[in-house]
Amino acid sequence: MTPALEVTDLRVTLGGAPVVRGLGYAVRKGEVLGLVGESGCGKSVSAAAVMGLLPPGARVTGSIRLGGRELVGLRERELAAVRGSAVSMVFQDPLSALTPVYRVGDQIAEAVRTHQKVTKEQAAVRAVDLLDLVGIPDPARRALAFPHEFSGGMRQRALIAMAMANDPDVIICDEPTTALDVTVQAQVLEVLKTAQRQTGAAIVMITHDLGVVAGFADRVLVMYAGRPVESGDVDDVFYHARMPYTAGLLGAVPRIDAAGRAAPAPIDGAPPAPGDLPPGCPFAPRCPLRVEACDEREPPLFEVGPGHRAACIRWDEVSPPLPAPPGRTGPGVRGPRTVLAVDGLVRHYPLVKGAVFRRRVGTVHAVAGISFDIREGETLGLVGESGSGKTTALTEILELTRPQQGRVVVLGRDTAALTAAQRMEIRRDVQVVFQDPLASLDPRMTVHDILAEPLRTHRHGDPRRRVGELLALVGLDPAHAARYPKDFSGGQRQRIAIARALALQPRLLVLDEPVSALDVSVQAGVLGLLGALKTELGLSYLLVAHDLAVVRHIADRVAVMYLGRIAEIGRADAVYTAPAHPYTQALLSAIPLPDPARERARERILLTGERPDPASPPSGCRFRTRCPTFRSVLTETERGLCADTEPEMRPLGEDQSAACHYAERLAVV
Amino acid sequence: MTLSEEVAEESAGDDAGRPPPPSRARAVTGRFLSSRQGRAGALVLTLVFLFAFAGPLVSPWSHTDKDFAAFLAPPSAAHWFGTLQTGADVFAVTLRGLQRSLVVGLLAAVVCTALAALAGAFAGYFLGWTDRVITWVTDLLLVLPAFLILAVMSPLFGAGQWPLFVLMLALFLWMVTAKMARGMTISLREREFVRAARYLGVPPVRIVLSHVLPNLSSLLIVDATLNVSAAILTETSLSYFGFGIQPPDVSLGTLIADGSRTAVYAPWTFWFAAGLLVVTVLAVNLIGDALRDAFDPTAREPR
Repeated sequence: MTPALEVTDLRVTLGGAPVVRGLGYAVRKGEVLGLVGESGCGKSVSAAAVMGLLPPGARVTGSIRLGGRELVGLRERELAAVRGSAVSMVFQDPLSALTPVYRVGDQIAEAVRTHQKVTKEQAAVRAVDLLDLVGIPDPARRALAFPHEFSGGMRQRALIAMAMANDPDVIICDEPTTALDVTVQAQVLEVLKTAQRQTGAAIVMITHDLGVVAGFADRVLVMYAGRPVESGDVDDVFYHARMPYTAGLLGAVPRIDAAGRAAPAPIDGAPPAPGDLPPGCPFAPRCPLRVEACDEREPPLFEVGPGHRAACIRWDEVSPPLPAPPGRTGPGVRGPRTVLAVDGLVRHYPLVKGAVFRRRVGTVHAVAGISFDIREGETLGLVGESGSGKTTALTEILELTRPQQGRVVVLGRDTAALTAAQRMEIRRDVQVVFQDPLASLDPRMTVHDILAEPLRTHRHGDPRRRVGELLALVGLDPAHAARYPKDFSGGQRQRIAIARALALQPRLLVLDEPVSALDVSVQAGVLGLLGALKTELGLSYLLVAHDLAVVRHIADRVAVMYLGRIAEIGRADAVYTAPAHPYTQALLSAIPLPDPARERARERILLTGERPDPASPPSGCRFRTRCPTFRSVLTETERGLCADTEPEMRPLGEDQSAACHYAERLAVV
Repeated sequence: MTLSEEVAEESAGDDAGRPPPPSRARAVTGRFLSSRQGRAGALVLTLVFLFAFAGPLVSPWSHTDKDFAAFLAPPSAAHWFGTLQTGADVFAVTLRGLQRSLVVGLLAAVVCTALAALAGAFAGYFLGWTDRVITWVTDLLLVLPAFLILAVMSPLFGAGQWPLFVLMLALFLWMVTAKMARGMTISLREREFVRAARYLGVPPVRIVLSHVLPNLSSLLIVDATLNVSAAILTETSLSYFGFGIQPPDVSLGTLIADGSRTAVYAPWTFWFAAGLLVVTVLAVNLIGDALRDAFDPTAREPR
């Protein structure tokens, strides 16, 4: 049987730099191939090469055979006939992949009509069928909607519908769930599985998320510096990695299961830039197993097992990442001093309409009364999906002004009663690290100026020595102070941002998604640094994140937010091992584990429907419209309570409470 | 912080970093110099400057000298560009006029861009009442007939009063840029590096000066270049009608105005001044276009 898609010795040169260097793989119909690698390893470019969508000026050699037909060298007209019919693609960002001015149904119908001779009416009917297939409720009506009326998850479903429209032989998914929340990601992955069953297509799944691959792919190909470095069955690669890079990646992933308490191990250094490759094995400079022979020439792919190949000369010495010993179990007793206390914090925004006569048509309750506190030396993880209000809560705290309702007490001082001078004084003790270091560091300033700015602002004398100290503290070379932020890699930039936050020796550090913009191999390093700094400097952290695995690794306590309220709060161990709120349970069960066998055996609690509009939250319990317990477990009379009364925080166990009338602790990971 | 300081700071940053980082300024300079129109514009403008300021050194006449032996004489060995009806040497007065026009144009452009940058950045950063007041002033100045007001004020621009003229010229040129700067600042103030500075406790005025303005500088530098030609042209047209530079001082505008009367039968009284004006404005516009492209990396990528 000929494979649906066979790529052999694919080489792509972009602007003189070799981006893909000898990629080869084959996928049969009905098979899922996971293409894994860090950003810049050439995985997206290789997908674009298959689709013939490379930017002008790219040079492609090698062979791409689609069902036996050679695609390299085809003219644009012939390629266009293949694109969308025999091979289709699902993109990462569903918002920019749909045209905003056309109805979703029309866009899907267009995809049908481009490759099939059908009437407009038939195409429209097919579009509705496809929307139904990908699980969009009320498809006939939703087909008439415009893309902005869809949520992110629904848009991605519409794109999958479009990709399925012509029963393609191959569907290429380029990070299809990266821009989505975990619960939505779980839904979309289910839809992709349906799509595959329906069309019998081969799927090439490009992703950086090893958890997604573990649960979804049959075979895996790991790319590094434009080359495949390991390929084989999912189980072989995950359990018997033979390339140090794969082993390193697996060890660097923060996990939500029990192994999550062990520190993920970073891979040192950064991937080489295309066109500036080291001699010999491109991974050698970062490799723990490096020997002199590694620098002589690039290792070929060795056959290390049946269908399992790895590009390492010492493959038989590579051991899979050890299940690290259960690390520290956080202090059972909480510290005596409170650093930050938030009590009943409310933040709402008016919803106004009209340009000339602005009138208020509603209120968005971004934060609807949350309470928590952080003790000295403690880390609180504030987690939730997009739109849960976690960032708004963080901004409210950082402003250090009187909140609309409730109280914020920082280091024993109520922010409502602060004078300007006192506020300035407290600013030293509360510092922030943002998500994207490229955005949070002024591109026009040198690193020295960036780090000196807080020192000058608070008159700390000559900043020169302190800047050197700070750079050394976060593991950077003090000699690099004259460089600009863009001369550093992502992880190094985040270290600079951390150094700036530490300049004034704060006591509370607010971390806003500190590692979500970074590659996995670098994430672990930054997380390790944060952990070390906390013990060394006695810091407390407020960590805002959507990635529960990251939080698990570093937080002592977690608070889970849903629609502006805290659903569950408690000791991290307790919440992760036995979540009590149905939302926490769904959230945790949606997170894929980088462990194929367990991933296949897991029962997912899938959330249905969409997040309600925060301008008009449901009555009673905010979660009841999507709650699996409410839907399938409770009786009619029990449901009445959920619909009428908003649940209060109820303590369950030592340090764990949940805002649910029928909370029950349940292990889901 | 004025524009020139910013530029100076950028280039200073270049020298400090060792090895020199591939800074934005360096990349922009490289792209600017690789464009043919940018090179041509810069070369021509340099030549015009050299001509205006070095020319009088080699000329035997000054712009106030009158040769009573030659009225309205055509170009000759004694008078390279000929003479006017008054006997003044056209070469000498044209160069004097060119000097005045260049200085007025450049100064007005710098003042105007600085004003626009400050007004726009402060309005956009502080919003609220600051914004409302500044926006009112901009809108007001936009609807005022600038030409008319300058004409009414022209008696004030007597001998030696050209700095006042420059100021007035700039006052009526900055509004559109200020509106652009305001819009860009509003998006900049939500950027994380500005928020980070705010949470560090950096005073707002310092944030505007050290974070907002440098990040607007690409817009501002380009705007300054384009304003040079706008200012030169406005000055010329005002002077043409007799409202700008007042005698005995001369500018290209007054020369063209005087020369236009005799242009038909003594073309040398008109064409040299007009020709130099066209060349200067063209060169400045070429530079402005090339700068804009150089700052915008997406504008002319090699296809």
